[in-house]
Amino acid sequence: MEQQSNITHKYLRPKKKFPNVWCPGCGIGIAMGAMIRAIDGLGLQKDDVAIVSGIGCTARIPVYLDFNTLHTTHGRPIAFATGVKLANPKLKVIVVSGDGDLLAIGGNHFIHAARRNMDITVILVNNYIYGMTGGQYSPTTPVTKLASTAPYGMIEQSFDPAALAKASGATFVARGTVYHATQLSRLMAQAIERPGFSLVEVISNCHTQYGRMNREGSAVKMILWQKEHAVPATVASKMTPEQLEGKFVIGVLHEAQKPGYVEEYQKIIDRFRAADEEKLGEVVVSG
Amino acid sequence: MSETVKLYKSNQPLLMQGNEACGWGALAAGCRFFAGYPITPSTEIAELLARNLPRVGGYFIQMEDEIASIAAIIGASVAGSKSMTATSGPGYSLMQENLGYAYMAEVPIVVVNVQRGGPSTGLPTKVSQADTMQAKWGTHGDYYPIVLAPSSVKECFDMTIKAFNMAEQYRVPVTVLTDEVLGHMREIVILPEPSAVKVLNRPRPVDPPEWYKHFEITPDYLSPMASFGEGYRFHLTGLTHDESGFPTAKPNEIKAKLDKLKLKITRHREQITEIRSDMMEDAHIMVFAYGSTARAARQAIRMARKKRFKVGMVQPYTIWPFPDDKIAPLLENVDTVVVPELNQGQIIGEIERLSRRHVKVVPLQRYDGELITPSQIVDVIKEEHA
Amino acid sequence: MTEKKQTFDRYEIRLSGSGGQGLVLGGVILAEALGVYEGKNVTQTQSYGPEARGGASRSDVVVSDGEIYYPKATELDLLLCLTQESCDQYYPSLKEGGLLVVDSDKVRQVPSPKAFSLPFIRIAREKVGTPVVANVVSISAVAGITGICSKDSILKAVLARAPRGTEEKNRLACELGYEMGAAAERGVHV
Repeated sequence: MEQQSNITHKYLRPKKKFPNVWCPGCGIGIAMGAMIRAIDGLGLQKDDVAIVSGIGCTARIPVYLDFNTLHTTHGRPIAFATGVKLANPKLKVIVVSGDGDLLAIGGNHFIHAARRNMDITVILVNNYIYGMTGGQYSPTTPVTKLASTAPYGMIEQSFDPAALAKASGATFVARGTVYHATQLSRLMAQAIERPGFSLVEVISNCHTQYGRMNREGSAVKMILWQKEHAVPATVASKMTPEQLEGKFVIGVLHEAQKPGYVEEYQKIIDRFRAADEEKLGEVVVSG
Repeated sequence: MSETVKLYKSNQPLLMQGNEACGWGALAAGCRFFAGYPITPSTEIAELLARNLPRVGGYFIQMEDEIASIAAIIGASVAGSKSMTATSGPGYSLMQENLGYAYMAEVPIVVVNVQRGGPSTGLPTKVSQADTMQAKWGTHGDYYPIVLAPSSVKECFDMTIKAFNMAEQYRVPVTVLTDEVLGHMREIVILPEPSAVKVLNRPRPVDPPEWYKHFEITPDYLSPMASFGEGYRFHLTGLTHDESGFPTAKPNEIKAKLDKLKLKITRHREQITEIRSDMMEDAHIMVFAYGSTARAARQAIRMARKKRFKVGMVQPYTIWPFPDDKIAPLLENVDTVVVPELNQGQIIGEIERLSRRHVKVVPLQRYDGELITPSQIVDVIKEEHA
Repeated sequence: MTEKKQTFDRYEIRLSGSGGQGLVLGGVILAEALGVYEGKNVTQTQSYGPEARGGASRSDVVVSDGEIYYPKATELDLLLCLTQESCDQYYPSLKEGGLLVVDSDKVRQVPSPKAFSLPFIRIAREKVGTPVVANVVSISAVAGITGICSKDSILKAVLARAPRGTEEKNRLACELGYEMGAAAERGVHV
């Protein structure tokens, strides 16, 4: 434990005034710690990592971290991250944001970055609710659950972020929980290491809003719920749909070997680099 | 840039569209990243850069919408690439929130808005100048934009370069406001070699990383800018922030930040603004026109001079900040200002403000999708002269 | 024939017809011939609807030895029409003494007795083998009729824009058009 927090402290901004914005017991801190340990474990230099976020509780992560950090507008971190990556492909670009930011207002950017296999890692902390603005329903709020804007229970279908990413073309999709923090860190490291678009969905707890409104109890109780309902992917593959009813699967959910966007674009650049520039001549000026 | 790459045929006459000239200007200015979304009448800019950016090792990407496009160019600029997008009214509207981000986070970017008729979908293939005030007030909050208005194909090239230079120098988004006629019109231009183009880059930090403040308030309010990946590891946010870039709620830091955004532009208004005056020495009537409308005005004053009317014209190349200090003295010597524009009256408000009722300000507004013609302007001059 | 060298304060040409006849490109080639190869100032503008084929289409070229301020054509010195509809629509914009040039098969009701009525599309189809080059035939004829640019300049401009493999067809279209125009001009003024 002490060793783990020593690692974490190495990556915090010493001058940034703590305490942080999160409620005591919030899972976002665990997700942040897991991400730091993943980066540390991969031996990445601080200068070579860019963390990009949108708006919301999770999106406040970057301000505390001693990397290149970009806290953007609501829903847009993936689009900003795309520019960061293409301007400096050597950077490891990690987007960290919540379910409302990435799937509601930012849903379009999410599916398109996955489709073009953009070389970024998206860490989506899913707490099923808009926490910062006071508990409104999000695209992942389960049917029948209560939110301040679903006072009679949620009637909309919810998104499954991992399935959405896979269907959109992501080449690495994983899910973890803040209870399974060690595994979460490992999944994040796998995601960050890979080229192309990778998603790690992090099941987290918002006891302040979601838990209170839905009578799901304290932070501890909600995190224990994760432990009780998570099924490892290796086990789930041997279970029937009936057995999986009410549970969720954790681990690596999808992998595909495809070149990332940067590699594909580089091939075009190289075509010009390889050509005799004089022979290449000038392109037609006017069409 | 790779020295061996010839971007375009320099020092010889070429027939070129305004949109193409914006694209070549961007490349000559050092633009190495473009993200955009197809929209008439701006798309030729994206198409030219899609063909040519990989030739110089740069990146082109067509994003899923204009919101993503401007987000991507901001991200690319933060990571060190000179970046641009191009659009028209509907896309420019979508970009407004992130334009505000770039004003707040002081990120140099260039946006070309090839104006078409509005509001809403409006007139995709017809000319307009109705985004003039949007270019100043489009996003929420207080901020000080730089907006340039070329009136020829050559000026599209020159002003796109100038837009990059100013964006870098003042760490601010710069809009190049053209229109459908300018964008699609072809003219003969002779372009300089890229190596002969004056290119300015963002001021770079001299302090070591531990002393570096991304938003340092300096005597001229312009702060050095490091890029991601260079060891400075700064934080950027759209939240109001202190000099280091961290969010603040302290009234003195909030005020200092907003003052900086204002003063870095207003203190340099003299260097930023540019106007062209024509036949104003003995003029009693001034025609004040910008963009493609200035082309009609330039012909109109010559037609009117043949009829011995004492008329001249003033054309602002910088619309925002409005060139108050350069235009006010010229207003002293005239009785009347005719303001032709392709909208229901936008820039005319600035002339009314400066003239303080000592000068008669006469509108000439056209918003039917067609250019104002020289004879329309001459008719107004005749009427005012009588 | 001898090449005429003319100087212009301002000469306005409109090429009109329907979308898909290649008149926007025709305007570009004519403007390039005049601007790049003859050293004149030119502006080329166009008006079009959102549809890529069909619909009215026009391409304007303004030529001057001096600076061109207003870029669009308003009082036409020359109007080329490849459809009846465009002829009816734009004829009123032709200034007094201006030249009207029409396709003799497509424009049957010619509003002026002094018009040049020539079979551009038919020549393209029958002598070159494709109606696609009707735009090249007609702009070359315009050059031949008016003498605003030399045969050499229009040919260079045509070949510079000809897609690879179509050079010979375009060269033929240009030569046929230019000679047809020059002959027609001599005929009218004899």
